[in-house]
Amino acid sequence: MALATILLVDDEIPFVETMTKRLVKRELEVISAFDGPSALAALRQNPRVEVVILDVKMPGMDGIETLAEIKKHHPLVEVIMLTGHATVESAIEGMKKGAFDYLMKPCDIEMLVAKVTEAAQRKRRQEEKIIEAQMREITSRRT
Amino acid sequence: MDTEKTLRPDIHHPEYARLRFRIALTVILVAIVPMVLVSGIILYQFDRFSNQMVHAHLGELVLKHRQNIDFFLRQRLSDISHLFRSFGVEPLRDPAFLQQRLQVLQEEYSYVFVDLGLIDDQGRQVAYAGPYELQRADYSGADWFRTAIHRQAFISDVFLGLRGHPHFIVAVKRSWEGREWLLRATIDFVAFNSLVENLAIGKTGMAFILNRKGEFQTRAPVGAPKLTKQQYLNLFKKGEDTLRRVSPGLTTSDLLYEGHGFADEYLDRYGPFGSMFTVEKISEGGTRFIIVAAFLKDNQWLLIFQQEMADAFAQLKQTQLVTALVALFAVPAVVALAFLVAGRVVRRIARLDFEKELMNRQVIETGKLATIGELAAGIAHEINNPVAIMVEEAGWMQDLMSDGIQTEENRLEFERALRQIQTQGRRCKEITHKLLSFARKTEGRVQEVRINSLVQEVLELLSQRTRFANIEVKTELAENLPVFEASLTEMQQVLMNILQNAVDAMERTGGTITVSTRREGGHLRISITDTGPGIPAGNLARLFDPFFTTKPVGKGTGLGLSICYGIVHKMGGRIEVESQVGKGTTFHVLLPMKKTTAETQGE
Repeated sequence: MALATILLVDDEIPFVETMTKRLVKRELEVISAFDGPSALAALRQNPRVEVVILDVKMPGMDGIETLAEIKKHHPLVEVIMLTGHATVESAIEGMKKGAFDYLMKPCDIEMLVAKVTEAAQRKRRQEEKIIEAQMREITSRRT
Repeated sequence: MDTEKTLRPDIHHPEYARLRFRIALTVILVAIVPMVLVSGIILYQFDRFSNQMVHAHLGELVLKHRQNIDFFLRQRLSDISHLFRSFGVEPLRDPAFLQQRLQVLQEEYSYVFVDLGLIDDQGRQVAYAGPYELQRADYSGADWFRTAIHRQAFISDVFLGLRGHPHFIVAVKRSWEGREWLLRATIDFVAFNSLVENLAIGKTGMAFILNRKGEFQTRAPVGAPKLTKQQYLNLFKKGEDTLRRVSPGLTTSDLLYEGHGFADEYLDRYGPFGSMFTVEKISEGGTRFIIVAAFLKDNQWLLIFQQEMADAFAQLKQTQLVTALVALFAVPAVVALAFLVAGRVVRRIARLDFEKELMNRQVIETGKLATIGELAAGIAHEINNPVAIMVEEAGWMQDLMSDGIQTEENRLEFERALRQIQTQGRRCKEITHKLLSFARKTEGRVQEVRINSLVQEVLELLSQRTRFANIEVKTELAENLPVFEASLTEMQQVLMNILQNAVDAMERTGGTITVSTRREGGHLRISITDTGPGIPAGNLARLFDPFFTTKPVGKGTGLGLSICYGIVHKMGGRIEVESQVGKGTTFHVLLPMKKTTAETQGE
C-alpha cells in the first residue's frame, strides 16, 4: 500500500520522469502529466489522487490557472506548488488560492515526501471529518 | 564612448553661432530702433524749440533795443520842443542865449547835442550855437528843411550836409508872429552810434540802422560779412508786409512824430512784437544770417540786428554734436553688449542642452541596466529548470547507489541518469553563453548590424517567456537587407523593450507577435505587431514619456519606451505607433540606412 497517491505536473519531461522514479522508490504512487489540461484529465480519471505537485511556470495554462481548476472540481485534493525563484510571488498567490504549500525548485526529495505525506494526511482528515459529519447527519436523522 | 569630445558643451557649433547671431540681432533691433526714434524725435523737437527760443530771445532784445532808441529820439525831440515852448522864438534868436541853452543841454545830456540852430520859414539860420561856422547858413535848398517845415517834429536821415561830417538832425516847428520857425539840433553821431551798437550778442551779433534808401544810419558793420544793399532793401518790404498783417490799420503815412503826442508818455503803437520780424538770409559769401528787424522813426528807419546762424545757434549745434557723439558711442556699445548677452545666453543654452544630453545618456544607461536585470531574471529562471533536473538525476543516482548498481538494470539506469545530467549541463551552458554573448555586446560601439539575425537573437532570448505566455511568434524578415551601422546593444535594447512590452501585454491572454523587417527607400522598417489589448488613445501621447507606465508598482520603470525613443532619435530614425483597443498594437521603428551596400544577411 502506497503512502499516498500523487499527480506530478511539470512541462520538463526529464524532470517528471526522474522525480517519478524517486517518489515511487519512496513508496508513493505517482501519476504524471506535462501540462495543465492533461493534469485535470488525469485527476478526473484517477479519483484516488490525494496530492498534486504542480509547477507554476508552464506554457499555455500555467500553474495558477490549473490550481484554480483543480480546486474548483476537486476541492479536497491538496496541491503543492513547485516554483523557481522568479515565480515566488505566483506561488504565494497560489497559497492564497488554496494551495497546501510551495517548494522551491530544485528541492530536497525528503522534504517533498514529508510535505506530500503531510498534505495527504490533511486530505484524509478532511475526508474523515466530512464522513463523520455525514454519519452524524444520518444517525441523527434515524433517531 | 568618446567622452573626451563630449565632456563640455560645444558652443562653437554652427547652430549655436546662428542662435547667438539671431539673439544679438533681436536685442540690437529692440534696443537701437526705439533709441534712434526717440533721439530723432527729441532732436527734432529740441531743434524746433531752441530755434523758437533763439528767435524769441533775439526778437525781445531787438524790441527792447528799438524801445531804447525810440525813447532816445523822442527824448531829443522833447528836449528841444521844451526849449522852444519854454522860451518862445524871441530869446532864441539871440545866439548867445542859444549858446547858453546848448551848454545846459550838453551838460544835462552828456554832449549828445552838437549844436542848436533857429531857422526861419525861408530856410535861413537866424541863430546858431555850436562848433561850426553856420551862422546865416541857408537851408532852403536842403531836403530835410523842405520836409521839416511841413511837420511839427522831424528827425532827419544821416547826411553829410554843409559840414561834411555824418550827422542827423532833430527839429521842431513853432509859429511866432505869423511865421513858422524851426528849432534844429544836431545829434552827435558817435553817441547815437554807440547807443545802437550797444546791442552786441555772441561773436557776430550786431545792430545797425538803415534808411529806406538802404543807407547806413549808423556805422556800417566793418570787416564782418554782410548782405547786399538789395537784400537789405528787401527787408523794408518784408517789414511792411509784417506790419500790415499784424495791424492792418497802420500805414507809413501814420507818422508818429508828426503828431502832437511825441513828447507824451512813451507809447509803442507798434505793439509789443508786431513791428518786429525775423528772417534768415544768405549773404553772397554763403554765410547764413538770422536777421531780426524792427521799424523806427515812422517806419523810415529799420533797426536791424544780424547774427551769423552758426553763432546764434552755436549752443544748439553743440548740443546736437554731443547727442550725435553719445549716439555714436552708444550704438557700438549696444551692439557689443548684445553680442555679449547673446553669447552668455547661448552658452547657457548649450550647457542646458549638454546636461540634457548627459541626462538622456544616463537614462539610456539606466535602461540598459534594467534590461540586463530583466534578462538576468529570465535567464536565471530558464537555467533553473535544467538545474532542477540535474539535482533530481543526481538524487536518483544516490538512490540507485544505496540499492547497489550491481544489477544490469540499475547500471543502465545509472548511465542514463549521467547522460541526462550531461544533457542538462550542456543546456545550462547554452543559456549562459547566450547571456554572455548578450552581455559582451553591451558596449556603445557602433558596428555593423545585421537586423534579421539581431531580431532572431532577441526573440530567442524571449522564447521562454513567449512559450509560457502562450504567445505565437511570427517573423516576416525581408532578405537582402543591407548591413547598417549602429550600436548593437542599443538596437537590442530597442527590440527587447518593444517585444517585452508586447509579451507583457499578452501574458495572460496569449496571442501572436509578428516581427517584420523590410526596406523602405533609404529607411529600414522594423514592425512589431501584437494582438494584445491595445493602448487607449489617452495613453498614446504619453507613451514615450519617461517614467510613464501602466504596469503595477515594481513591475515597470516607465523608462523602456522613452529609452527606445532616445536611441532611435539619436540614430536619426523615428518610432511610430498604431494601436486599436481590443485589436492590438504595432510599433514601427524606422532607421536611416547610411550604408547602402546590399549584403545578404543570414548566418
